[in-house]
Amino acid sequence: MKAFADLYAALDETTKTNAKVEALVGYFRAVPPEDAVWAIHFLIGRRIKRLIETRKLAEWAIAEAGIPDWIFGDCYNAVGDLGETIALLLPAPVASSEKPLRYWVEERLLPLRQWSDEQQHQSLVFAWREMDERQRFVWNKLITGEFRVGVSQNLVVRALAEVAGLSAEVIAHRLMGDWNPEAGFYSQLIAGDTGDTDVSRPYPFFLAYPLEGEPAQLGEPAEWIVEWKWDGIRSQLIRRQWQTFVWSRGEELVTERFPELQALGGLLPEGTVIDGEILPWKEGLPLPFAQMQRRIGRKVLGPKILADVPVVLLAYDLIEWGGADIREWPLERRRGQLAELVGSLASTGRILLSAPVAFGSWEELARLRTESRDRRVEGFMLKRVGSPYRVGRKRGDWWKWKIEPYAIDCVLLYAQAGHGRRASLMTDYTFGVWDNGELVPFAKAYSGLTNEEIARVDGWVRRNTVEKFGPVRRVKPELVFELAFEGIQKSPRHRSGIAVRFPRIARWREDKKAEEADTIETIRALSPN
Amino acid sequence: MPLLRVDQDGLWCEAGGFHIDPWNPVPKALITHGHSDHSRAGSAGYLCAEPSRGILQLRLGAEARVETVPYGERRTIGEVSVSFHPAGHVLGSAQIRVEHRGEVWVVSGDYKLSRDTTCTPFEPVRCHTFVTESTFGLPIYRWQPEVVVFGSINEWWRANRENGQCSVIFAYPLGKSQRLLSGLDPAIGPIFCHGAIQRMNRVYRETGVGLPDTLYTGRVERGYDWGSAMVVAPPSAQGSTWMRRFGAASTGMASGWMRIRGKRRHRPMDRGFVLSDHADWPELQKAITATEAECVLVTHGYRGPMVRWLEEHGKQARALETRFEGEGAEAEDVVAEDTAAGDSE
Repeated sequence: MKAFADLYAALDETTKTNAKVEALVGYFRAVPPEDAVWAIHFLIGRRIKRLIETRKLAEWAIAEAGIPDWIFGDCYNAVGDLGETIALLLPAPVASSEKPLRYWVEERLLPLRQWSDEQQHQSLVFAWREMDERQRFVWNKLITGEFRVGVSQNLVVRALAEVAGLSAEVIAHRLMGDWNPEAGFYSQLIAGDTGDTDVSRPYPFFLAYPLEGEPAQLGEPAEWIVEWKWDGIRSQLIRRQWQTFVWSRGEELVTERFPELQALGGLLPEGTVIDGEILPWKEGLPLPFAQMQRRIGRKVLGPKILADVPVVLLAYDLIEWGGADIREWPLERRRGQLAELVGSLASTGRILLSAPVAFGSWEELARLRTESRDRRVEGFMLKRVGSPYRVGRKRGDWWKWKIEPYAIDCVLLYAQAGHGRRASLMTDYTFGVWDNGELVPFAKAYSGLTNEEIARVDGWVRRNTVEKFGPVRRVKPELVFELAFEGIQKSPRHRSGIAVRFPRIARWREDKKAEEADTIETIRALSPN
Repeated sequence: MPLLRVDQDGLWCEAGGFHIDPWNPVPKALITHGHSDHSRAGSAGYLCAEPSRGILQLRLGAEARVETVPYGERRTIGEVSVSFHPAGHVLGSAQIRVEHRGEVWVVSGDYKLSRDTTCTPFEPVRCHTFVTESTFGLPIYRWQPEVVVFGSINEWWRANRENGQCSVIFAYPLGKSQRLLSGLDPAIGPIFCHGAIQRMNRVYRETGVGLPDTLYTGRVERGYDWGSAMVVAPPSAQGSTWMRRFGAASTGMASGWMRIRGKRRHRPMDRGFVLSDHADWPELQKAITATEAECVLVTHGYRGPMVRWLEEHGKQARALETRFEGEGAEAEDVVAEDTAAGDSE
């Protein structure tokens, strides 16, 4: 645990990628496999479900710290993170645990679930007493299931590749899918031979970079295959050893959420992996993404929701065929095979080919792009003829050319402190637009400003607060921001009657006055449906 | 009528006819210490503790009329008796004691109880009403002894030197920087200061505070190798073009706010060291108890929690609306001009 807490601190302390990789390599070389495998588990963001209600955790910490309940709330508001608040409030540590990560996870953390309240309480308090502040912090994060640290999976992969002397692609692939954090897995992970056998394991997704500027820079149109960019859930449909698996890009096994695709999987030849987008689909058009969210939110999928929001797989690529990894085949060859396969399954109505867009010139493509909103897509995907299916986000072969977001000017109405690194800075904003001479709230946004702008807005909010409702401050309606967003939906739950998708701040319009902000009619007029 | 109350210009003493730390120009200003949220230019006359003179004169300009009084010496102003007592915050910082017909008020300004060799230690003063700051008035704020903090700063400097990397630490030019200097180990390498800090160092040295030798960053030959240097710079220098000369430096910040991970990470720097000029939670409680005051007025910082806590512990307490800002305000006060003015050594 000491080594892991030190690793956490080292990763947290630096913003430099190389320093992070170095710290990771040092850690993996120093600890036994049974610790390393748990570290990987947590570092790449795999979670253990919360084991204890946060209410109980806070209660026990308050008792151990000997402070009143109410001041704990004030402390939490200042820190913005439960695990950290507790670590900062507990009595000064007198020890630093030498026990390894594996011990703390397997013998103290996982058993919590089966223990009575009293056992949980005792075990936790004793754990806190054995640990120093760094260890307590990491431990609390593990217990609350909120462990997060500033490393990407990519960096962990890079470090492991260095430790194992293997390529990053091999490590990335071996880390995909379902695996148990056991010493044996770690040994296989860094082993030289490649007896990879996990039947459910997906491939790392090939992700596109956004295209900046015009596509003419990409050369001849004939060198590119263009598809519409669909807005659904990027997934892999896997058929191996007479079993079907559906993985989302978030590396979640979602097979059960899509019975339609499970049925489809049964029709695929053995050893097939299709990369595609799951979309709610009706009458030849995708349904708005909000419909999909309705479906994802359900625990139980009844016949009504399945009939209301049916899904299809829009197939992009074929990456395994006949049990062989065909990612190195040129794009057009993979697509040819895919088209044949999809054609043979057309009668199911569950799979469609993401058809290539026919165009003669970049100018023509630019004109077609303006149809995106009516087609309910987000723009284009541009894929180079002959390109392999690569690992992760790589520049050069695949580009996404998204449509410009909607943009409107609105007025800051409410502000609230953020969480984590933004605790005690006013970074969560609610914006309003004019409706018959009155400003009505219509969207919230958290991102888009620079740190320097955040600091200035923070100062302004504190000086211009009109009213406080708990943590929320109503401010003088003066500051104007340009808000960008992707889609517009009618929503009876919002006072403005509309909801927007993925709102974020495009810029601070310091040149505009509140009276110059947009009206609700302007926004309604933007909506295509 | 209370002895002191807040009017539009600051903390006003009717019986004495003066303001304490006013935020607007007034005829007569008593100043607790030289940070910009407590000492503002434009008043007709100033009175401060003796060791604060150099700082105030630097801050307010040579033309400002600054009178001083030694710590502990009583002065009669109007109908009240006034004296200044060490607050342990920065050089010359004082708590101001005001007595009127047997009733005693003490205005703390900003203060700390923990060790700091660059200023006179805090001295508890008995009073009926204590006006306290509460910058770090929550139990999450607990400082480690400065020797531990200095140890980790020197260790960081040494490690950077091994990598041939310059160390740049950001600290407020008045107070924090000099305390930091007092803890640096000059055996590790040369210590450089930004011009704004050099100017303040000179005032400290002229007032008789011993500091390790420091060099002005602007006075090095071309192609100087910064690999073993420690540079002390104001927070406003962070991310500025001024930083380029140090190459791929490792950066750190010394502040009480560094106790909170979110605050550390909000700044793009490598290390946050928890070092404050202000009292932490246990020190605030200890200082307030030591005054034996029946009534406590809480100015800036976490006022709400502090008032409630004090009330639950049998004191009369209430929040006082002022324009003091505590740790962090000092950042703005530096127009971080890196001129050679400070380089007279």
